[in-house]
Amino acid sequence: MNKTNYRVVFPTLLVILFFETSYAQTTSDTNTIMSRLILVAIIVLLFGFILLIAEKLLQIQAMRSGEKDISAYSIFPQIRNWFHKKPNAYVRDAPIHYLKQGYDLPLNGEPEQQILESTVSRYAINAMDFRGLPPIPKVIVTPGQEVLAGDVLFFDKNNPQVVIVAPVSGEVIEVNRGEKRAISTVVLLADKSIRYKPFLPFDLGTATREQIVNYMCEAGVWPMIIERPFGTIANTHQAPKNIFISCFDSAPLAPDLNFVVRGKETEFQKGLDVLNKLTGGKVHLGLDASGTQPPSEAFTSSFGVEKHWFAGKHPTGNVGIQIHHIDSIKKGHRVWTLGVQEVISIGALFLRQRHEADRLLSIGGSSFLTTGYIKTYIGASLADLTANRVKENSRLISGDVFSGLQETPQGYSHYFNDQISAIPEGNHETLFGWALPRIMPTVSGVFPNKILGDIKFDADTNTNGEPRAFVMTGQYEPMLPMDIYPQLLMKAIITKDIDRMEGLGIQELAEEDIALCEFACTSKQPLQSLLREGLNMIHSES
Amino acid sequence: MAFIDKIKQLEPDKKKSPFLHTVYDGLFTFLYQPATVNKGGVHVRDGIDLKRTMAMVVLAMQLCYIFGTYNIGHQHFLALGIHEGYFEAIHLKVLFGLTKMLPIWIVTHVVGLGVEFYFAYKKGHAIEEGFLVTGALIPLIMPPDIPLWILAIAVAFAVLFAKEAFGGTGMNIWNIALVARVFVFFAYPGEISGDNSWVAGLDFTNGQVTTDYGGSGWVMGLFDKLWASLGWTTFGPEGVVVDGFSGATPLALAAHGGWEAVTQKYSPSELWWGVIPGSIGETSKPLIIIGALMLIIMRIASWRIMLSMVLGCALTGMLFNAWGFNAYMNVPWIYHFYMGSFFFAMAFMATDPVTASATNTGKWIYGFGIGVVGMIVRVMNPAYPEGWMLAILFMNSFAPLIDYFIVESNMKKRLSRV
Repeated sequence: MNKTNYRVVFPTLLVILFFETSYAQTTSDTNTIMSRLILVAIIVLLFGFILLIAEKLLQIQAMRSGEKDISAYSIFPQIRNWFHKKPNAYVRDAPIHYLKQGYDLPLNGEPEQQILESTVSRYAINAMDFRGLPPIPKVIVTPGQEVLAGDVLFFDKNNPQVVIVAPVSGEVIEVNRGEKRAISTVVLLADKSIRYKPFLPFDLGTATREQIVNYMCEAGVWPMIIERPFGTIANTHQAPKNIFISCFDSAPLAPDLNFVVRGKETEFQKGLDVLNKLTGGKVHLGLDASGTQPPSEAFTSSFGVEKHWFAGKHPTGNVGIQIHHIDSIKKGHRVWTLGVQEVISIGALFLRQRHEADRLLSIGGSSFLTTGYIKTYIGASLADLTANRVKENSRLISGDVFSGLQETPQGYSHYFNDQISAIPEGNHETLFGWALPRIMPTVSGVFPNKILGDIKFDADTNTNGEPRAFVMTGQYEPMLPMDIYPQLLMKAIITKDIDRMEGLGIQELAEEDIALCEFACTSKQPLQSLLREGLNMIHSES
Repeated sequence: MAFIDKIKQLEPDKKKSPFLHTVYDGLFTFLYQPATVNKGGVHVRDGIDLKRTMAMVVLAMQLCYIFGTYNIGHQHFLALGIHEGYFEAIHLKVLFGLTKMLPIWIVTHVVGLGVEFYFAYKKGHAIEEGFLVTGALIPLIMPPDIPLWILAIAVAFAVLFAKEAFGGTGMNIWNIALVARVFVFFAYPGEISGDNSWVAGLDFTNGQVTTDYGGSGWVMGLFDKLWASLGWTTFGPEGVVVDGFSGATPLALAAHGGWEAVTQKYSPSELWWGVIPGSIGETSKPLIIIGALMLIIMRIASWRIMLSMVLGCALTGMLFNAWGFNAYMNVPWIYHFYMGSFFFAMAFMATDPVTASATNTGKWIYGFGIGVVGMIVRVMNPAYPEGWMLAILFMNSFAPLIDYFIVESNMKKRLSRV
């Protein structure tokens, strides 16, 4: 139903209402007015009821004819649409998913668009970054051994095809083992200039899906694909329903992916071509419709993919949120997700037959003296990256401040992260901290900065209160642009009710999606670890 | 920092004296926001915590406290037929109000916090802030002359059976403050219903109604000396109530004679501003609305519940108007907002997040249900003059059911997409 129709229907209704009431007012008795009003209300309700049924019939018909987005088939005005800002010109006429839930945390220390010089000599691959890898992967390198970029470091014992390779060439200097001899990290001392292990040329046009999978596994780019719902390494035997790539990162201090992809347009497109061959479904790109600048040509002009525009606050840029609005994950379905830089690595493999693990990492946060981007490789040493750049008493985070991992200054950036954040530690007491009007990051209206307007924060890591039982309700929903009840889901996880978890949509979520709810939680509940607990429960059931 | 180090030295050993440690922890976290940092999960957290949330709710009630204190005194002097002007002898009215309000407040907190501290120590976790709000609400919904021992029993009953029995803060099914009130209501109906409970400091036992300052007469005597030296008006000797005085609340009047009977005694603006007999904190509508707006702006209370409750009440009122079976049903629906404690129930009672529906759709149904049920109890039930307490407790019981159906439909929708 188009807009003109309801623009006729509603004024007509208003006119009827107006005349009816003005007629009623000519009789002075209040009771008559009352009964007239009630009569009108009943008529309007009846009329609305008929319209409602008509709309449902229309939508049922639309669904039968295979239409996915039935919200377009509505008799009622989508009043919400009237209040949207005019879409940015670069979107043209493409439909936009407007997501009103979410929150953009304004932090100081946005990464500037400059390349910082940095010499990183150590790199490490952390086996814990790969979900679904058994606790003790088979390590085939020993300390002292020389490797090329692309040489195997360790592999999955259950599926030896899936190998994790060296991101750089150099010498293996440490194989660190954690509890029960599970390996935690393999550390490499990198060569000054990287030597690559050459792989055989590959003709993408004539290759079968199996050949492509084997080639990608051999070259070690396979673990770059994450399979949802559980966030594991992608299954080599089973094609995913769809593949999703988010082309913007909405997290605080996140890298600008348009900047990241600059100069890598060919690799990105090649990567998309490869992915297209791996799925029976489609490759979906999520594009940012709320930026002031149009997204990079690499994204908007890519072909062979479905593009979807999203406008909204964080976590709109999370691929999980985009999946929910494009083609949500149903029980038993598997989809794959990749980051932009992972797609580039895959593209580079097929273009130049070598494992290129370059990463442009963004350096941001109020604890950094200088912010910007650093060209490096997967698993770069934080000590080298942040040398002389970070203030005292700060926390280093590989990833964003919501869902990143805390790292020691001797740590390494994690496999899938393209961002290093540093914020002050909040390990200090505050006198009457719970009562004083302070300037603090918040989504509630309790702090004075809500009135003062947009303020950028030097937010620290203090919990700002103690953990409590769930008391407030309706706090998580405005933080998660999905048709999901996060708080009830969390309660289902606590009570280990697997049917309820699945029914409430746990398979659509990952930690990063729920992180903003955890930020907003009055009761300081650990939602991300709870969610993972629930996902693990379901994973071990299936 | 020197001061905080001294406080930290006082920390008792948790194993040796757990109760002392619980108390220390409660007091320390009251003084200082602790230095704990986020581990695993998010690295930055919202500045809001339960302490601040609860403190803000208590803050939103402060106007009701101030006005309630004044109104206790004002009603008392109205009954005596002296100092009838609103601004006359404010010092006497406030002092008299305080002699009623302070003991109620103190007893509520001593009993309630005592139970709370004990259970926190028994369970070995920190003292939760839930009672801050409950303890602030209870004095406001009691009649000013409530005997303190009844109050103490009611508070202990509510905290023990409505809260701790269910597992403490966040786990209760019914609003704790209302359970305290409903306890008094059913166990000691004489103290909280009828025409004689709402004006404080009067003795109805003899044929002639006289003033009765009870145990706090010495306070009046003490201050009278002070005021006499300043040349201000004093309480003077105990007086006699004016002829024809009735402490009937508007609701009691409306139940018998409809709106006519109410307006004979109170003007609509008196009803609106709250210079009428009633529970301590619920009479002044504008001040409650200010509190409600505060809570909405701070996003602590749900505007959905408040709005749907207003809608439910208005619609039921309109229906009754259309029905018009008796005088009470003919009270214009808009005036139902002027009488009784609708706004107080809406702002502070129905919006309790623990006992309300957890889903947004559920909140609409829940609030609307309270509006409808409360009006039905108020108008159609001859035994209970006011309905919100029972309506809220009733809908509290149904809130989990409402949520259950909403969640089921969400789950069904998701599973049908397979």
